[in-house]
Amino acid sequence: MKNESEKKVVTMSKDYKELTKDIFKKYGIVIIFLGMVALLSVLSPAFLQTRNLLNVVRQISVIGLVAMGVTMVIITTGIDLSSGSVIALSAVVAASLAQRPDWAAAKFPGLTGLPVIVPIMAGLAVGTIAGCINGTVIAKTKIPPFIATLGMMTVARGVALLYADGRPISSLTESYNFIGQGEVLGIPFPIILLAIMALAMHTLLNNTKFGRYVYAIGGNEQAAVVSGLNVSKYKILIYTIAGFLSGMAGIVLSARISSGQPGLGLGYELDAIASAVIGGTSLSGGIGTIPGTIVGALIIGVLNNGLDLLNVSAYWQQIVKGLIIVGAVILDERKNRS
Amino acid sequence: MATEYILEMENITKRFPGVVALDNVQLKVRKGTVHALMGENGAGKSTLMKTIIGINQPDEGTIKFKGEKVEIPDTNAALSLGISMIHQELNPIPHMTVAENIFLGREPVIGKSGFVDKKQMVRDAEKLFDRLGIAINPRVKMKELSIANTQIVEIAKAISYNSDLIIMDEPTSAITEKEVANLFKIIRDLKKHEVSIIYITHKMDEVYKICDDITVFRDGQYIGSDTAENLGKEEMIKMMVGRELNQVFHKEEAEIGDVLLSVKNLTRKGEFENVSFELRRGEILGFAGLMGAGRTEVIECLFGVTKADTGEVYVQGKKVEIKSPEDAIKHKMALLTEDRKLTGCFLVLSVKDNMIMANIDKFTNGLFLNKKKIKNVCLEEKDKLKIKTPHINQLIRNLSGGNQQKVLISRWLLTDPEVLILDEPTRGIDVGAKAEIHKLMSKLAQQGKAVIMISSELPEVLGMSDRVVVMHEGKVTGEFERQDVSQEMIMKFATGTHKDH
Repeated sequence: MKNESEKKVVTMSKDYKELTKDIFKKYGIVIIFLGMVALLSVLSPAFLQTRNLLNVVRQISVIGLVAMGVTMVIITTGIDLSSGSVIALSAVVAASLAQRPDWAAAKFPGLTGLPVIVPIMAGLAVGTIAGCINGTVIAKTKIPPFIATLGMMTVARGVALLYADGRPISSLTESYNFIGQGEVLGIPFPIILLAIMALAMHTLLNNTKFGRYVYAIGGNEQAAVVSGLNVSKYKILIYTIAGFLSGMAGIVLSARISSGQPGLGLGYELDAIASAVIGGTSLSGGIGTIPGTIVGALIIGVLNNGLDLLNVSAYWQQIVKGLIIVGAVILDERKNRS
Repeated sequence: MATEYILEMENITKRFPGVVALDNVQLKVRKGTVHALMGENGAGKSTLMKTIIGINQPDEGTIKFKGEKVEIPDTNAALSLGISMIHQELNPIPHMTVAENIFLGREPVIGKSGFVDKKQMVRDAEKLFDRLGIAINPRVKMKELSIANTQIVEIAKAISYNSDLIIMDEPTSAITEKEVANLFKIIRDLKKHEVSIIYITHKMDEVYKICDDITVFRDGQYIGSDTAENLGKEEMIKMMVGRELNQVFHKEEAEIGDVLLSVKNLTRKGEFENVSFELRRGEILGFAGLMGAGRTEVIECLFGVTKADTGEVYVQGKKVEIKSPEDAIKHKMALLTEDRKLTGCFLVLSVKDNMIMANIDKFTNGLFLNKKKIKNVCLEEKDKLKIKTPHINQLIRNLSGGNQQKVLISRWLLTDPEVLILDEPTRGIDVGAKAEIHKLMSKLAQQGKAVIMISSELPEVLGMSDRVVVMHEGKVTGEFERQDVSQEMIMKFATGTHKDH
């Protein structure tokens, strides 16, 4: 008995010593984020203005939606390169069903002025189907997610270009534009949407069986199989949800600029992956959280905004962003090793 | 006299977290002899070999090579000293040619250009094969070779280093008798050139055909050493399996009931053939055999991880189709896998998550998890199985092997199984946890559940099982009631030497 109580004392003092380390481990990314905010507010007085801050959040709302799906995919040791193209496809399809009746050059002259629910459902459906195809190909053929979604990235972009004839689909209804431009109680609607979806995704990952399975498949797929999980089924579901979120992002983006363009979302998949990884999602699987990814997206948003405010050239911005992504992963690897 | 030994290893100790893999062992190999290193699975043979070729570093002890004390920090150091090894697991690079595989890392180059002289490489390989009497084209890709030929290439590669000491770890596991005869010819030839060989095998007859000396290990300890002439087969088996009599097993008698599971003629080509057995309520059925005998393959197939080619499985008299572990769990089966890290633990997840994963439905209220219930049940399990962890949110990778194993057992107990299949349930865990797991097995049997236990430790098999099935090279070679069988007898059936008499 004595021996046991001694042991307890030892572990407790060790715990205390490691407390600071633990805090940094857990909230390191938040600390970095707050540091950036502090630094920028000193360097640029415009930064802390409400208008600017809302602007930052509005900008990350699209990336944020995509990044949450990508986070889930990366937790299962997968990757989704198709999200940027799926954004475009969802955007053009939704926009084509959201054109104003008074617009002479409508894509479907007979289908103008539809209730806003129609383009929304169409956009979401496009994303969901694309995701479902990704998931099915990955789960059934066992080809690497990198390749499967790389294929989808090219195909979806091509379909978007074909569908829109390479041209923007413009002149959208007010109610559709509200999704990207509207405000509720002074808060931009995309931000409200992101918040709701983040809450839903966080709950999904933490409070449901599905969520636990996502971590289990990423933590050890073999063990998941032996534990009786239908891994194929869940992989399909996971990529489907990621596609759904990309579809939603496509709607928000096209509504924000009042136009569905086949070139939308170019490179967004990389920003989404970067957000997830900066936010602590591990490419080796089993680790990652929605709040982490949101902070990751905020860091990218603040970085873009801050560098703009400081008049750093767009070229330099790319370089800085790249270095930060790699730096974040190096830090993460260190953390996991210790 | 000092140079009579090419290799002298003394007082070697190697510890891994939770286990002492080598406990103060010795090995002395005479120059120009073939030295058999014998022992059951887990006796420490491979660990010792890894210290010779620099993959492992011993915690204590000295290694003398050619009479001089040496340090072997890595495999390159071992090669430059003149030590090479044929590994038990073949490591070919499938898309490169045979010649490229043999001369990997020491390719002949054209002058100082840095370009590989491919023609010279092929010529060198041909010369080597000629010398060894091997008929393989060095230009073909490794992937085109049969497993037997792949092993032969590995043998040739080890010899091509012109080492003074060659370690052969199960070199004949995949090759035919004719090729074995050729290998023995090569070995005799090497001996003439004063090359020494450490020979590890499970095949008894090979030992007496080719080896001069024998050293026996058991449970990471040195048991003894003698010439092959002096040490008879029976005596050697006794040395390999014998253990201190004070080892106590917590076997408690349980009432044996109806047949719960019956397996008929299960076959999976290349792995096992016509495996049949029955399992009754209250029974612990031991599966004995050597590594590679096919025991793990049988139970993985039974559990739906792999598909059987032919054969039938009956649960409580009803024929069932088990196509996936999901199906197996539905039929109230549970499988604790052999490799805790590879197929058991979710290392980056918490103890709690690891416990609930096989039966999460038990913890949901509609769509959502009932976190309070999860916490209570996991805490209960933690107390019941005496799992040592500061809290159930601790990551499982921070637990000791024994405690990880207990978490995995509780994962399966939470599915409320009738048939528990435990593959090497106590491998690599400490004595205390081992005893607790044994106690738990007895208790489960007393509750009317049935247990299948695969174990490579014969005392464990005999100590815990009601009945023992012995496998050898994919076939069941014997089935015994516990009271009718000895360790020596199991060993004979497991090595296939029972047919000798």
